[in-house]
Amino acid sequence: MKAFETFETPSAARVNYINAEYGLKSWLLTRDHKRIALLYLGSISFFFFIGGLYAMFIRLELLTPQGDLLASTTYNKVFTQHGIIMIFFFLIPSIPATLGNFLVPLMIGAKDLAFPRINLLSWYIYLLGGIITIYALLAGGVDTGWTFYAPYSTTFSNSYVIAAGLGIFVSGFSSILTGLNFIVTIHTMRAPGMTWFRLPLFIWAHYATSLVMILGTPVVAITILLLAFERVAHVGIFDPAAGGDPVLFQHLFWFYSHPAVYIMVLPSMGVVSELIANFSRKNIFGYKFVAFSSLAIAVFGFLVWGHHLFVASQSVYAGMIFSFLSFAVAIPSAIKVFNWTATLYKGSISYDTPMLYALGFIGLFTVGGMTGLFLAALAVDVHVSDTYFIVAHFHYIMVGGALFGYLGGLHYWWPKISGRMYPEGWGRFSALVIFVGFNLTFLPQFVAGYLGMPRRYHAYPPEFQVFNVLSSAGASILGVGFLIPMIYLVWSMRYGKLAEANPWHLPGLEWRTASPPPTENFLATPVVTWEAYEFAPVEEMRVIGKFRDEEV
Amino acid sequence: MAESHIATEHAASHPALQHHFENMEQQREAGALGMWVFLVTEIMFFGGMFLAYTLYRTKFPLEFASASNHLSLAMGTINTGVLIFSSFTMAFAVYSAQTGKQRAQVVSLVLTILLGLTFLGIKAVEYYDKYRDSLIPGRLFPGRPFNPAGVHLLPGADPRHVEMFYWIYFAMTGMHAVHMIIGVGVLSVITFFAARGRYGPEYHNPVEITGLYWHFVDIIWIFLFPLLYLLGRHLEHGG
Amino acid sequence: MSEHIVQLKVYVTIFLALLVGTALTVMAGLHDFPGKLNVIIALTIAVVKATLVVLYFMHVRYSSRLIWVVFTSALFWLVILFALTFSDYWTRCWLPVC
Repeated sequence: MKAFETFETPSAARVNYINAEYGLKSWLLTRDHKRIALLYLGSISFFFFIGGLYAMFIRLELLTPQGDLLASTTYNKVFTQHGIIMIFFFLIPSIPATLGNFLVPLMIGAKDLAFPRINLLSWYIYLLGGIITIYALLAGGVDTGWTFYAPYSTTFSNSYVIAAGLGIFVSGFSSILTGLNFIVTIHTMRAPGMTWFRLPLFIWAHYATSLVMILGTPVVAITILLLAFERVAHVGIFDPAAGGDPVLFQHLFWFYSHPAVYIMVLPSMGVVSELIANFSRKNIFGYKFVAFSSLAIAVFGFLVWGHHLFVASQSVYAGMIFSFLSFAVAIPSAIKVFNWTATLYKGSISYDTPMLYALGFIGLFTVGGMTGLFLAALAVDVHVSDTYFIVAHFHYIMVGGALFGYLGGLHYWWPKISGRMYPEGWGRFSALVIFVGFNLTFLPQFVAGYLGMPRRYHAYPPEFQVFNVLSSAGASILGVGFLIPMIYLVWSMRYGKLAEANPWHLPGLEWRTASPPPTENFLATPVVTWEAYEFAPVEEMRVIGKFRDEEV
Repeated sequence: MAESHIATEHAASHPALQHHFENMEQQREAGALGMWVFLVTEIMFFGGMFLAYTLYRTKFPLEFASASNHLSLAMGTINTGVLIFSSFTMAFAVYSAQTGKQRAQVVSLVLTILLGLTFLGIKAVEYYDKYRDSLIPGRLFPGRPFNPAGVHLLPGADPRHVEMFYWIYFAMTGMHAVHMIIGVGVLSVITFFAARGRYGPEYHNPVEITGLYWHFVDIIWIFLFPLLYLLGRHLEHGG
Repeated sequence: MSEHIVQLKVYVTIFLALLVGTALTVMAGLHDFPGKLNVIIALTIAVVKATLVVLYFMHVRYSSRLIWVVFTSALFWLVILFALTFSDYWTRCWLPVC
């Protein structure tokens, strides 16, 4: 059947992007998007580990109502650094810089991203930002919270605010360059026949994410620069004593940092769209709605930042506008959830590990999104502002949403990335452990927060202890759950079963080349003649995977 | 079959064609689009400062006007002219590359660099004047903390808020100057390759893209000039 | 779509127009107009000058629609940043509490 031709020849399958060249230099100077994706994968895993360590200290401290393990000043630094590392150095680059980097060219039939050298540069910039931030942590740490609110950060804090800010400023450029590369690549490098509406939804999601990256990141960059300027020169940019306005800082900061949530969750939605369609073996329900809702989220995401300022002396009229717009942004997200659910209907669903993560995503993201609506309501927000309700809400989005999508995608494309299968049994088991551990950690925080437990304190009234003990127990389960895939994925790189070119028997372009792909991705420029998610009987698709088997 | 087709296409192509592009047209389009997307980020970057400017100018109109009147209108106007002229020579460099006039291309690039340096030189003189008058905001120079005494205040202006204008002035013109310095650096590299005859009608992507960046920096100044230098002159002369 | 080469004549005209614009904005800045007219005139001239640079020096007039979209989207986002921020500042004193 013509629709399922492959763009790979059996003899070429032996030389792939991993074994094409050897030596440290061939990695550190590579311009291959697939190798750069692996460089990113290694570095973000490192930062995830550091951020996780801080989380462990937070949960240990909160086991008891007294502030006994960490002094309050230390605790302030620990939660600040957990936030900075996890948000700026793990979640924001997570899916775009690893899976996106690896897959955007493969999925659209290109040989590489439009600017391979800029792609490599972005990794080095990310690394430089990371090193500066780690310096800030080792030198003495930061205690302002990841939000750097003025005037505490500009005038009163005695910690390493400038170094940490500089690290974020620098790493912001890596995010800008990644977004720029994706936008240009998707516009100019699509293979013949790969029209906009044949693009996988993963690509649409990355396009929308890139928009947020290039439009939002520069604003937080200048904000942090002004903050540093104020600290160095002692001018009153955000200092009310000198006529400045601290609320201006919050406006500028959240103009980026609210859309930044969509940088984290949009790529994850792209992954989930792929997983839901492919593991139901069904065309996605309402392709155009899912595609355009990604763009709608990217645009609407910029209109809602004021809901972070409801209790920050913002005008009550602006509050009403932002409240209304925040409700509006739920619509495109809901469209996605409904379409995924409708795709499942009468699909032939298989519960492989990636699908477990995708199903987990739908449930947890819905909880996170719905509690977001509580927070968008002006009156409720006044009650739960700065409580654990907020903490639980955004962890449901960032972990239950972004991280679940990342793990699902990592498992799904692991055969393509590494050329080996991960152990399916362990995969399903750890997905389950993570799901249980996550809910046990953060569900009690909703309750504690609603009852009034404030965030960012190392001590709390004893009546909240039961929720915190549950939460800490869940966190330890969650921690174990994260360690299992770390171990077996590394293990599988050497001992895993060799992967076929198309182990899941799917129509996407990335499955029509060898696993792992050759450096040029496709030996001949692919000509796309099929729609996205156009499934044929498994027998026909198995043909694509065959040639690798026969060889081995 | 398909492989051999691709191989011949590459063999016949321009030496500047990078391996992952199909042809020069695709490469040119990608480069131009990339620079435009980058300029979008620049617009947002400066946008944050323009926002702060608008907010504080509406908050302290008389203080802003008084402080602005202390800037040198002559130097600001000359600099505007210099920058517009450099934009013209930059456009002429792109034109020369497109039409294959090698000598004109190099001359106009060198001229653009010189004009850029002239702008920066005049800017440095202006900065020095502010330093001399103790108008560097904050306590950056231990011996010379900010002191608004030298600024002639319009009636009703509060001397405590004059500093607000100066940090915005230094932040905006400073960031603009940083962009100029980067631009001069990039132009120097481009000029080096242009002198060796790398760019002609077939391939002049880098000249074109650098031109886009240079014009953008010019546009920022087109807005900075009236907003920083001209906002209170009429009050002084008319009143 | 091949590249459009702008005529030299056009570049010279734009250059002169920009110089005239600069002279006009300085003269207007020295004259005291009623109300907020000074700011409006200054910004109008700046916008016209910037538009000339974008259209002719930066070739947007001869570029693909995509470049138009990219450029205007930046302006659109700038409008979002300004409009929503000032929806806060300009309505703060609507209630009789400040």
